[in-house]
Amino acid sequence: MARAKKVHTSANDKMILTRQRAKEIFDKVVKYSTAEQTEAFITSTSAALTRFANNTIHQNVAEEETTLSVRALVDRRTARASTNRLDEASIRQVCEAALALARLQPPNEDLLPLPLPQTYRSVERFYSSTAELSPKARAETVAAAIRRAAKDGLTAAGVYSSGASSMALFNSRGLEAFHEETLSEFSLTLMSQSGSGWAKKTSPHHLELDPEVLADRAAAKALEASEPREVTPDKYTVILEPSAVLDLIGFLFFDFGGLAVHEGRSCLSGRVGQKLFGDNIYARDDVFHPLQSGPPFDGEGIPRRRVSLVERGVVTNLVYARSTAKKMGQEPTGHGFPLPNEYGEAPMNIVMEGGRASLDEMIRSTPRGLLVTRFWYIREVDPYQKILTGMTRDGLFWIEDGKIQHGVKNLRFNQSVIEMLGQVEMMSPPQRTAGEESFEMVVPAMKIREFNFSSATKY
Amino acid sequence: MKELAQRALDTALARGSSYADVRILGVRQRYLATKNGQISQAREYESYGLGVRVIASGAWGFASTDRLTAEGVDAAAGRAVEIALASALVKQEDVQLAPEQEFVDEWQGPCSIDPFSVPVSSCLDLMLKVDAEIRKVQGVTLAENQMDFRRVEQVFLSSIGSEIRQVKTQTGVGFVATSFAGNEIQRRSYPNSFGGQYQTKGYELVGELDLLGHAPQIAEEAVALHSADQCPAGVRDIILGGSQVALQIHESIGHPIELDRVLGTEANFAGMSFLTLDKLNQLKYASDIVSVVADATASHGPGLGTFAYDDEGVPAQRSLIIENGRFVGYLTSRETAAAIGNSRSSGTMRAESWNRIPLIRMTNVSLLPGRGRLEDLIADTDDGIYMETNRSWSIDDRRYNFQFGTEIGWEIKGGKRGRMLKNPSYGGITTDFWNSCDVISGPEEWVLWGTPNCGKGQPMQTMGTGHGAAPARFRKVHVGVAYRA
Repeated sequence: MARAKKVHTSANDKMILTRQRAKEIFDKVVKYSTAEQTEAFITSTSAALTRFANNTIHQNVAEEETTLSVRALVDRRTARASTNRLDEASIRQVCEAALALARLQPPNEDLLPLPLPQTYRSVERFYSSTAELSPKARAETVAAAIRRAAKDGLTAAGVYSSGASSMALFNSRGLEAFHEETLSEFSLTLMSQSGSGWAKKTSPHHLELDPEVLADRAAAKALEASEPREVTPDKYTVILEPSAVLDLIGFLFFDFGGLAVHEGRSCLSGRVGQKLFGDNIYARDDVFHPLQSGPPFDGEGIPRRRVSLVERGVVTNLVYARSTAKKMGQEPTGHGFPLPNEYGEAPMNIVMEGGRASLDEMIRSTPRGLLVTRFWYIREVDPYQKILTGMTRDGLFWIEDGKIQHGVKNLRFNQSVIEMLGQVEMMSPPQRTAGEESFEMVVPAMKIREFNFSSATKY
Repeated sequence: MKELAQRALDTALARGSSYADVRILGVRQRYLATKNGQISQAREYESYGLGVRVIASGAWGFASTDRLTAEGVDAAAGRAVEIALASALVKQEDVQLAPEQEFVDEWQGPCSIDPFSVPVSSCLDLMLKVDAEIRKVQGVTLAENQMDFRRVEQVFLSSIGSEIRQVKTQTGVGFVATSFAGNEIQRRSYPNSFGGQYQTKGYELVGELDLLGHAPQIAEEAVALHSADQCPAGVRDIILGGSQVALQIHESIGHPIELDRVLGTEANFAGMSFLTLDKLNQLKYASDIVSVVADATASHGPGLGTFAYDDEGVPAQRSLIIENGRFVGYLTSRETAAAIGNSRSSGTMRAESWNRIPLIRMTNVSLLPGRGRLEDLIADTDDGIYMETNRSWSIDDRRYNFQFGTEIGWEIKGGKRGRMLKNPSYGGITTDFWNSCDVISGPEEWVLWGTPNCGKGQPMQTMGTGHGAAPARFRKVHVGVAYRA
C-alpha cells in the first residue's frame, strides 16, 4: 500500500492539493487580508464514480475542485467567504468579501480569537493506488459483479467510486493543519423478480472493498428474499445487521454535541450523567481507530480527542467546540464545525463496543423474529423521545426456530432509539459500516427485543 | 465562458464522441442565520466550473473541472471520453436519445429585487427583529432565522447546435421557534419548516411573507403545544395545510413519476417506483377531483422548478401527470423518452451544479386548485383533524407506504376548529390516500411552495423543486400512527 506524499497526478491529470501548494495560497490570503485575524480552510477533491443499473454502466462521472474558504475576524465579528477561483484577484476578492460581511454585523461578545498553533497526531489514510484508480479498472470490477448476478438470473444496480481529498487549515496566529485521504465505495443491489439483496462497503483503500464478497452476499439475500410473505406489523425481536444499526444510531449521535444540549434541542438535554441505555452499551468518538477515516482536527484546527460518550449505558460525556466549551465550563474536544455555524459540534468518528456473537448465533438463538439488512428513509418523529420512523429494504427475513424461513414484505417502524438501546440482547464484534442515512461508524450487529413495526407495504 | 465551453465541446467531439453537451456555470450564494439574538451564520460562496457529458462508443461519460483554462477544459473533455469508453465495456445496448431541436436563446428568471444588492445589515436587522419578537414569548428557548440567496448563471452548448444562456435567482427565508420544557421539544416554523419558503425570485419574497407580523403567533403556538392534547390514534378525516399537501405531492406523486426510477436506474439508492409502465393511462391514481401537472414554464409561477430549458437543452413544458384522477404521464429525459417510445423528452433533466450530471428531477409538480377557502373546508367538516407544517416525512423505496408528522394540529368538531393537538401524524398507501381526497381548496389558497432539499443520485445531488398546492381534505386516514406503541 504505497503512500504518496507529493503532488498526486496521473496520466489523466487528476490532482489534489499538497500542503505546500495550500501554504502558498494561504500566504496570498495573508497578503490580501486586512482583517484583525484570518483563517483559510482549503479543500481539494478529485473523485470518480461508476454507476450501474440493469446490468449496464449508465452513469460514469469524475470531478475535481479546489475551494478556498476565508474567515475574517474584526471587532468581535466574524464571517466566511469561499471561492474555487485561485488567481490573485479572486483571492483578494474573497478576503475582502469575508471582511465586508463581518463588518456589517453587530458585535458578538462571545466570539473567541482564532486558536494558537496546535500539535496533531498523524493518521495515514492516503493510498495512491486508490487515488489513481482508472475508469477501466472500475468497469472491470463492475463487469465481474454483473456476471456474478447473471449467474443467478439477477439484475444488478450499484456504484463503485474512488477518489482523494485533502484539507488544509491555516490561520494568522500560526496554526497549520493538513490532512489528505483516499476513499472508495462499492455498493450493489441485486434483484430477482420479487426480491432484492443489498451490500455495501467503504474504505480508504479500494483493495479492502471485496466486491466479490459483497456480490455473493447480495445475491444470497436476493434469492432468499424472493416470493416474500406478509407479516403482521407488531413488536418483534429483530436482528439488525450493522448497516441497519448504523443508520438508526446515526440519528442519535448529533445529540451528543454540547451546544445542542445547551440550547435544549438535543434528546440529551437534562439527561447527561443519566443511565439511558442498557448496561451493555458503550460508545466513544475515536478518530484514531484503525477502521475510521477523517482528519485528526476539527473545523477550527483543534486536535480531536478520544471521548467516551456512553459507558454501561450512562451518558458520560459530550463533545465541545471551543466556544461551547467556554460557555459550558468544559475543555474543547476537537469536534467543532467550521465557524460560523449554527450547529456547534458533533462526534463524527463513532466507535461502539460490541459483543462476541456471530450473526448466525443470533439467528440460532431466536425462536421468532426478523432479520433486517438495512433501513430506508429514516426520519425523526419526536426529537426528545428520539422516535424514528423508516422502512426496511432489500432483505427482510422471517426467523423461526432459529432459522431463516423466508423473505418478508417490507415493514415500517416507529421506534425510540433510546428505548431500543435498552433492549439489546446480543451483539457481534463491531466493524466499519456504511449505510445511506449516516456517516460511516464502527458498530456491531444487534439482536433487540420488542422492536416496534407499525405498518406494512406491498412488496 | 462561451469560448471555453465551445473548446470543451470541440475537444470531446474530436476525441470521438458521437454526442456531447457542455455546461459552464457560475454560482453565487449568500447565507445568513441568527440564533437567540446572535449572528450564527454569515457566509458568501461562489463556484465556477465546467461539466462535459459525452456519448462515445454508445455509452455515457462525464467529467467536470474548476480549472477554467484551455488546458483544464481539454483535460476534462478528454477524461469524459475516456470514461465513456470504459462505460462501453459494460453496456447492453447503445444509448439512444429522443430527437430534439437546436435552440439558441437567452432567459433570465424573475427577480424584481436583486437579493445580493440588499445590504446585509438590512437583512440581519430584520432577522434580529423577528428573533426579538419570538423571544418575547415566555417559554421559547430557541429562536432561529435564516435567509438564503442563490444565483446561477449557465451557458449550455450541445453538439446538435444549441447555445442557451440562463440566469436564475433563488431566495429562501423562514424562522423557527423552539420550546424545550419537561420531556418535550416542540417547534413551530414559518412559513414552512426546514428553511421556510423558497422560490425563484428575488428579495421581494421576504416582503411578501410578513415575517415580523407572524412571529408572535408562531412563538405562542410553539409554547402552547406543551399543554395541548396528544393527537389521537385511529381513523379520521383530515385536512392538510397547503405546505403539507405540497410535501405529500413531492413524496407520493413527484418521485414515483420519475421515469428513471421506473426503469430501474436508481434501484441501488433512491429506489424504484410502483408506477410500472403498464399503469400508464390505466391506473386510477386519485379521486376524480385530483389533477396534477408538471410545469416548468414561467407562466406557472416562480417555482424552484421554473426555467426555460432543462440541462439537456429541452424547452420547459407543461405536461399532465394526473388528469381527473387517472395517471397519464411520467417525467422523462431524452434517453428515457426514447426507451418507452415517446417522441420527445418532457424536459426535466436538471443538475445541481457544474460538477454533476443532469438527472430526471421534478420541475413544478403541482396539484390544480379546486374551490373555496380553508375556512370553508373546515366549516364543511363535521369531525376531523387539521394538520399543518411538516415535522417528519418518510416513504418506502417504491413510494407506496408513507408516514408524515406535522408540527401542529387542531381538532375539528361540527365545522369548527377546536382544541389544539400536539405531535400529529398520519400514514397510508399512496393510491388509497389520493383516492380519498374529496375537497381541494381554491386558487385563493393555492401557493407555489419550494422544496429546496430534494436528494437523488450518486454522487448525491440536492435539487429545488416546486409544488403548487392548496389545503385539501382526505377521508378515513390512519392518524396518530407515529406514537402508537
